[in-house]
Amino acid sequence: MWRRCLLSGLAVWLAVVPPASAFMAYVSNEKSNTVSVIDTDNWTVTKTIKVGQRPRGIEFTRNGKFVLVAVGDDDTIQVIDVATQRVVDSLPSGPDPELFTQDAAGKILYVANENDNTVTVIDLEKRARVGDIQVGVEPEGMAISPDGKILINTSETTNMAHFIDTATRQIVANVLVDARPRFAEFKRDGTELWVSSEIGGTVSVIDPAKRVVTGKITFSIPGLRREAIQPVGIGMTKDGKTAFIALGPANRIAVVDAASHAVTKYLLVGQRVWHMAFTPDEKYLLVTNGVSNDVSVIDVAAQKVIKTIQVGELPWGIAIAQP
Amino acid sequence: MIRWLVGAIGLGVVATHALAADPVEIGIGYLGQAGVKSRLSLVEQPAGNDGIAGARLAIDDNNTTGKFLNQHFSLEELRIADGEDVAKAATALASHNGFVIADLPAEALLKAADALRDRGTVLLNAGSIDDRLREEDCRPNVIHVAPTRSMLADALAQYLVWKQWKRWILVVGSHETDKLYAAALRRAAARFGAKIVQERIFEDTGGARRTDSGVTLIQRQMPVFTQQAPAYDVLVAADESEVFASYLPYRTWDPRPVAGSAGLVPTSWDAAHDQWGAIQMQNRFIKLNSRRMTALDMQAWTAVRMIGEATSRTNSSQPKPVFDFLKGPDFSIAAFKGQRLTLRDWNLQLRQPILLVDGRMVVSVSPQEGFLHQVSELDTLGVDRPETRCKLQ
Repeated sequence: MWRRCLLSGLAVWLAVVPPASAFMAYVSNEKSNTVSVIDTDNWTVTKTIKVGQRPRGIEFTRNGKFVLVAVGDDDTIQVIDVATQRVVDSLPSGPDPELFTQDAAGKILYVANENDNTVTVIDLEKRARVGDIQVGVEPEGMAISPDGKILINTSETTNMAHFIDTATRQIVANVLVDARPRFAEFKRDGTELWVSSEIGGTVSVIDPAKRVVTGKITFSIPGLRREAIQPVGIGMTKDGKTAFIALGPANRIAVVDAASHAVTKYLLVGQRVWHMAFTPDEKYLLVTNGVSNDVSVIDVAAQKVIKTIQVGELPWGIAIAQP
Repeated sequence: MIRWLVGAIGLGVVATHALAADPVEIGIGYLGQAGVKSRLSLVEQPAGNDGIAGARLAIDDNNTTGKFLNQHFSLEELRIADGEDVAKAATALASHNGFVIADLPAEALLKAADALRDRGTVLLNAGSIDDRLREEDCRPNVIHVAPTRSMLADALAQYLVWKQWKRWILVVGSHETDKLYAAALRRAAARFGAKIVQERIFEDTGGARRTDSGVTLIQRQMPVFTQQAPAYDVLVAADESEVFASYLPYRTWDPRPVAGSAGLVPTSWDAAHDQWGAIQMQNRFIKLNSRRMTALDMQAWTAVRMIGEATSRTNSSQPKPVFDFLKGPDFSIAAFKGQRLTLRDWNLQLRQPILLVDGRMVVSVSPQEGFLHQVSELDTLGVDRPETRCKLQ
């Protein structure tokens, strides 16, 4: 059924392909149970798609034809056809899926299941659950190394980044980080792994080869108490020079020199800023503001917030296209 | 130098193969009283495993983490009956556990703490909210995970003042703990600008809590008891003894909200709390225990998790380094409250946001916005450093 959809979807997609400069951003609204579609040409919401309960993690498939969205309270991952902008299928994710990542070929999906301390491995073509990996308490952040050999999962109550060998699906190392690790991101060249700790208030920089924490990025904003600074989402430019870190209830994005790990600027965005995505040309960075129910648009070169777009309630994740 | 290098490599190998060796055992004792206190509301009647069920969940959580660190946690439960020697029981538990979670009234807790003082056993108070344990009767070997009565009262007062319900009638029960709660509420009113326009005492005349014709009688008693009051915004009840407060909502002479021991209640945890990832915690708890999670369960969970957090950070199972880490500046714990929880170094009380709940929903979480503090807004709740009477050692 899904494969047939893939084909017919492709046909429709070819027919309605928008002008080259326009991208479509898909935003999961955790409370509304919807996904808002934003046209990045005119920064307007062009469509609101009804999805399952509590949509959070959201990503394009590698071929760009589908958007996958984890609907935690329905214990599944739904598949949105980009062409028709409808939910066309669902994947057997395991209980309460939150974040997930794919291998480079787009064949295998790794899903963090918060409720049962496992990472579920799904064959995307067969739509079948092909394995489970036992990890720490409340798995959340997921990332795959640029060479595809190592899968990272962070567990929020265990406070670790688990290194999983993608070939054997065995944990090969565990690195302790600060409290409540939420998100993991590799540098494109694979030299560093960054893990954000929401409650710890830091981003740990890990050497993926040695598997040790080599540095910590800390934040300090005048007039804000330390507890309000809660790093979550991380975005890095392709050249590996600049990183953006969402600081949750601090209502700011930290701009970080990715080489020196120094914070160079704080950008004021909406309330409880959570996750982010670049447009494929990296001109813009879009961030979700959970409490103010909007998305801020950041001009990446100018490092300025240029626009705010109202979306659904509690916007959580965002996907624009494959990096 | 070369020998040092070889040694280091050897260590690295040991670390990678550590999982093959026997895990390090970390024993935690749980010292509680036998039997449960009766509540007015049947739905609030505590389960027999109230408290320890949370500790058990935290043991599971610690063991999931411990798998990766070659640590294994176990829990030993000991219940003492009325009149039994608590010092003896605590010593027995401490003989094979480096850490003891206590769910004891103040006097018993002090006896246990003093009995264990020279053994180096760390005691974590999960059950008692008495301020005196953190003030004049504080002990250097006791960490307080349960909030204090004054923290609870301040959390409630901040919200009532924010809501502009500043004129209170305070109804106090006739038992000792009711009076302590009333004192904390008076202090909170004075601190945050509320006015107690009148106080009334509800005498406990004894009698059965449940009778077949109870409602009819209560419906006549409560309006009469609350009539002829001066103008007020909210009735605040101090009834830790569970004698009357739960009878007040919807039955006051004037149509006024009730808060304190009934109505809007300050607490460290509630089964309805689902923010900040708490839903995962609630789900895990229900799966393990087939019931909902109470404040005492959460306090015990947090106590056991604090030990797990410290053992993983120090890579030690010994009470001394673990205790030093807990008391040090690097300790913090995530407990689904939206921010890190830390210890007040002057009396080893865990700082924590307090939920305000109505029995079905979480109405608000204190500290309220606008109540500022130079160190931590959590220190607007309870007795702060400049006022403390605690001298550790």
